[in-house]
Amino acid sequence: MTVIEFARHDLAPPLRLALESHLCRQQGREWESEDVWEYQAAGPSSDKGVRTVPVGEVTVLLAPEREERSALGHLASPSLRYVVRRILLSIPVLVGVVVVTFLLLRLIPGDPARTLLGVHATPAAINALRHQLGLDEPIWRQFWAYVYGLAHGNLGRSIYYQAPVSSVIAPCLPLTAALVLIATFFAIVITVPMAALAATHKERPSDHAVRVFSLMGLGMPSFWLGIILIIIFSVDLHWFPVGGYGTTFWQHVHSLVLPGLCAAFAIVPVLIRSLRVGMLEVLGADFVATARAKGLRAWRVTFVHVARNALIPTLTLLGINIAYLIGGTVVIERVFGLNGLGNAMLNAIDLRDFPVVQGITLIYAVGVIGVILITDLVTARLDPRLRLK
Amino acid sequence: MSTALASSAGLGDSEAPQTVAGRPGLGSRALHSPTFMAGAIMTTTIVALVVLAPVIGRYSPVALDPLHPLSGPSGLHWLGTDELGRDTWSRLLYGGRTDLQVGFLAVVFPFCFGVFIGTVCGYFGGRLDAAVMRVVDVVLAFPFFVLIIALVFVVGVGTHGIYIAFGLTDWVVYARTTRSATMIARNLDWVAAAEGGGLSRTRVLWRHILPNTITQAIVYSMSDIVIVILAVVALGYLGLGIQPPAPDWGSMITDGQSFLQSDQWLAILPGIAVVFTGIGLSLLGDGLADVLRPE
Repeated sequence: MTVIEFARHDLAPPLRLALESHLCRQQGREWESEDVWEYQAAGPSSDKGVRTVPVGEVTVLLAPEREERSALGHLASPSLRYVVRRILLSIPVLVGVVVVTFLLLRLIPGDPARTLLGVHATPAAINALRHQLGLDEPIWRQFWAYVYGLAHGNLGRSIYYQAPVSSVIAPCLPLTAALVLIATFFAIVITVPMAALAATHKERPSDHAVRVFSLMGLGMPSFWLGIILIIIFSVDLHWFPVGGYGTTFWQHVHSLVLPGLCAAFAIVPVLIRSLRVGMLEVLGADFVATARAKGLRAWRVTFVHVARNALIPTLTLLGINIAYLIGGTVVIERVFGLNGLGNAMLNAIDLRDFPVVQGITLIYAVGVIGVILITDLVTARLDPRLRLK
Repeated sequence: MSTALASSAGLGDSEAPQTVAGRPGLGSRALHSPTFMAGAIMTTTIVALVVLAPVIGRYSPVALDPLHPLSGPSGLHWLGTDELGRDTWSRLLYGGRTDLQVGFLAVVFPFCFGVFIGTVCGYFGGRLDAAVMRVVDVVLAFPFFVLIIALVFVVGVGTHGIYIAFGLTDWVVYARTTRSATMIARNLDWVAAAEGGGLSRTRVLWRHILPNTITQAIVYSMSDIVIVILAVVALGYLGLGIQPPAPDWGSMITDGQSFLQSDQWLAILPGIAVVFTGIGLSLLGDGLADVLRPE
């Protein structure tokens, strides 16, 4: 195949023929109809390393053999290249997140130390806190100290507990991680069958039922759903504990069922909608028609052929919506009395313990960046087409 | 809220003359879209209820009736009273008034700013575009609600804190959708025709491109109002939102949570009001999408 870079890629057929036969003559052969020619619009950088060949009145830009110009070109396998590039891409976001959490303190109106300590604080205490927060330094020194601390795993010092923020946060992390994991599991388990039902019965009663279900979910505050679930399953039926986390593994799982359901519901409606559309597209694909024509049963086509191909868009969607789900767990932890990251953040707000609030905000964002990175890498592993883009 | 309806209706009128002959106009498409009509009716109902709160509320939302605390529904108090004897029906109406007003106003600035910056970035591209999109990425890296809580905490709890928090964060989705719509529109033939006809870039941008790209932002704003109202109610539930004694659905649920064993309705009713509002606005958004983008 010969690639021709030209000012226009949509060259008229007679011109194409003239150009192609000219190039063939240059190579000392006859134009053949089996040859494959590809036309590309020449980019602004096409003057670099491109030969120009005059053809009649027009000048043709001929691209040399395409080289890998990326800095990562020496990495052998394209998938490794994708992984490295994807990780590098999340670094600027990470830097931005650090800047935003640093600036949070600056958004406190007036003197942050005075505001945090309240009206009854002594001047000595205010000065001490001002020094602890580094407010007596110029802003670039503060930022440098903040970044330096973060690089050494130091998230700052809690005003209330007078202990490192990391030691306040660390015990809460596993619970929130478990809650997010269970919620994600529920989100998938609820979404996939409902979207399949809606897509295979388009514009029929079950499709409309699924639609009503997702509409109700869209407008439902998750903490309120939590209260309703507590009334039904904990207060009336005694199936689940009203709150708390238990001590053994199975007690943990048991006590996270209702909170996980609530957190999942925050994104289930959006997921169902998008997956339904995605499945409808797959259902119209040729290979589905082939599968049907082969005489496979309807359920087999739906769950083996269609669902498998709809899995990748679902994962991508999960990655996009996971931030919203994680945000929802903050309130849900409060409703169910779970001592996770969200509850720790709300407690720190009550105590006006700024460094803890700042640290938790940063941890949440870093967690989201990590989760999105992992889903992207997993999707690329599942779908080779994405790696080549 | 009523302003939102008026503005979307206004847009319909201004676009009507542009419709291609033979295609039904926006008005009749709206009337024939069951989704749009259902959403419009539900939203109008809830807006009418909260606007008419002083007329149909019967009591002040903060008036105490110490003789009838935690009473069930009666002729005196249609939906009963809370632990201080405040009338639940009045509190629901006035609470909705606050929440809808705050939810709507909190979306106005992000909508305008996001659409403006998205249009400029999408049309001109370049360094500004690259910089703005990095900011968008950073804001989206935070869990939405966590960032809102942190911002409300630092700038101050209450209504003005809510406006600032949403103003700082909520514009990013508008910017992103408007930007991509503008980038597509920029390369279309009729834009090239307008530019080739000698019209100034500003005129092409605001008179030719924007009217075609803004529909996406309008459709999204409906679901955004739902998201914002849910967040405002959740902030109220956590005590970080609208401050007492002003009634708010979120704090009503918090108060009602103490009486789950005996008076469950106190916590359930405000939630139903939120769900009803959410369904109405979501349907309206879906319907608008059908009406404004018929293909």
